[in-house]
Amino acid sequence: MTLINPLALIGHVVLAFATHTGNFTIFTGKAISHCVRAPIYLRSIGRQMLIIGYFSLPVVGLTALFTGMVLALQIYIGSSRFNAESAVATIVVIGITRELGPVLGGLMVAGRVAAAMAAEIGTMRVTEQIDALTTLSTNPFKYLVAPRVIAATLMLPCLVLVAMIIGVLGGYIVGTQKLGFNYATYLKNTFDYLEVMDVISGLVKAAVFGFIIAIMGCYNGYRSRGGAQGVGAATTNAVVSASIMILISNYLITELFFAK
Amino acid sequence: MTPSPDTTDSPKISLRGVTKRFGAKTVLSGVDLDVGKGQSVVVIGGSGTGKSVMLKCVLGLMRPDGGSILVDGKETVGIKGSEREAMMRRFGMLFQGAALFDSLNVWQNVSFGLTAGRNMKRAEARDIALAKLARVGLSADVGALFPSELSGGMQKRVALARAIATDPEIIFFDEPTTGLDPIMSDVINNLIVDTVKDMGATTVSITHDMASARKIADRIAMIYKGQIIWHGTVEEMDATDNPYVQQFVHGRAEGPISMEIRHA
Repeated sequence: MTLINPLALIGHVVLAFATHTGNFTIFTGKAISHCVRAPIYLRSIGRQMLIIGYFSLPVVGLTALFTGMVLALQIYIGSSRFNAESAVATIVVIGITRELGPVLGGLMVAGRVAAAMAAEIGTMRVTEQIDALTTLSTNPFKYLVAPRVIAATLMLPCLVLVAMIIGVLGGYIVGTQKLGFNYATYLKNTFDYLEVMDVISGLVKAAVFGFIIAIMGCYNGYRSRGGAQGVGAATTNAVVSASIMILISNYLITELFFAK
Repeated sequence: MTPSPDTTDSPKISLRGVTKRFGAKTVLSGVDLDVGKGQSVVVIGGSGTGKSVMLKCVLGLMRPDGGSILVDGKETVGIKGSEREAMMRRFGMLFQGAALFDSLNVWQNVSFGLTAGRNMKRAEARDIALAKLARVGLSADVGALFPSELSGGMQKRVALARAIATDPEIIFFDEPTTGLDPIMSDVINNLIVDTVKDMGATTVSITHDMASARKIADRIAMIYKGQIIWHGTVEEMDATDNPYVQQFVHGRAEGPISMEIRHA
């Protein structure tokens, strides 16, 4: 019936949206409150830091390397049209630190980590392992969600810092080897116009993205229902919603820093 | 509606008029049940009659829509936070699918309620875990294995060891023998009877396995359409002329209980 009556359809969508938003807000609030209250499971946090930070290094590093390389080429093409080739190094470093490092790094980690979190927690949900945690007087928010949120929020800036360095290095390699820039000039152009705020805004973005990734992974996993299919849907939702939230919040944070 | 079973002292767990619905579907429509201290009550009933939901309401994993659940005379519906956690410490639960944590090995699973729930030192908790494993007939080298490496029967035994690891006052068994062969079922039944009798724990089990029910029950209650429709001892169950109980006990397709088979 709801499909036929347009008013009912609108109402249905609005109600579903409100329910979802409400649930998500409550979940996030609970997750944050459990991040700052004892007991803190240090062993779990360490384990998650290893999984999120260390094991994401290859994928984030490769992404950053090729992004920096392609950026140098494209900017060279564009800037050579009005004889501004010398801007390549500066634009590469600003582009990587302010924008591409955090965003592409965040999206890659979202694909890797949010999916894994949703799948793991979702499987624990459908096999009653989360209920089992509760019966063993362990709060699942504290044991499962808080360590992931803390670890992701701390590790993403570290990952992105590495990505920034590798991205700039990629630009440097292409600039000096392919585009014929002088080694010293390229480096000088890179650092002369780079401001501390560029790096800081990138790292702030990374921390926010890390939080989004963990919350989305945990939220979708935690609420999954109905066996393998439910876990599959949770995994997809986690990656899609984390990616979209990253892109939206990226704009908001950029605007926040832009005003300064 | 249903009179309470005659227990000598005040009941350990007491459910009164507990209701629970999911959307339009009523699962529990006023459950009344008393479990005396140290008693083993087995709740029998078909699939989808609300057995699991009833246990989850008592444990606080689900919040009932109405009614009251008293543990030692204290209302537990609606309690939260540290009060709920304190209540949980008195419970142990054996899940239907064992629900072992597959990221942890066997001894870490068994000792989980001690290390994570009670901040016990890992070495100390490990010793207790190995002792509990020995109690359910598993050797120490099983402790290093992961749940995925165990057979269904062994998983159930590990889950039993985990449920009793913290020496809880009240233990719930959700279909302890489902999916096991008859011999392993009997092994699990014996383990339940032995461990529980040793510990003097109060237990509630839900099952549709009559052999298991006969073995572990002091009292039997039958749930049908979200209500306890009959209860009594095993002898009373065999003697009763209640047509629902008879049909279930003898496993007959014909009788007052009609399986709800949905037609498209």
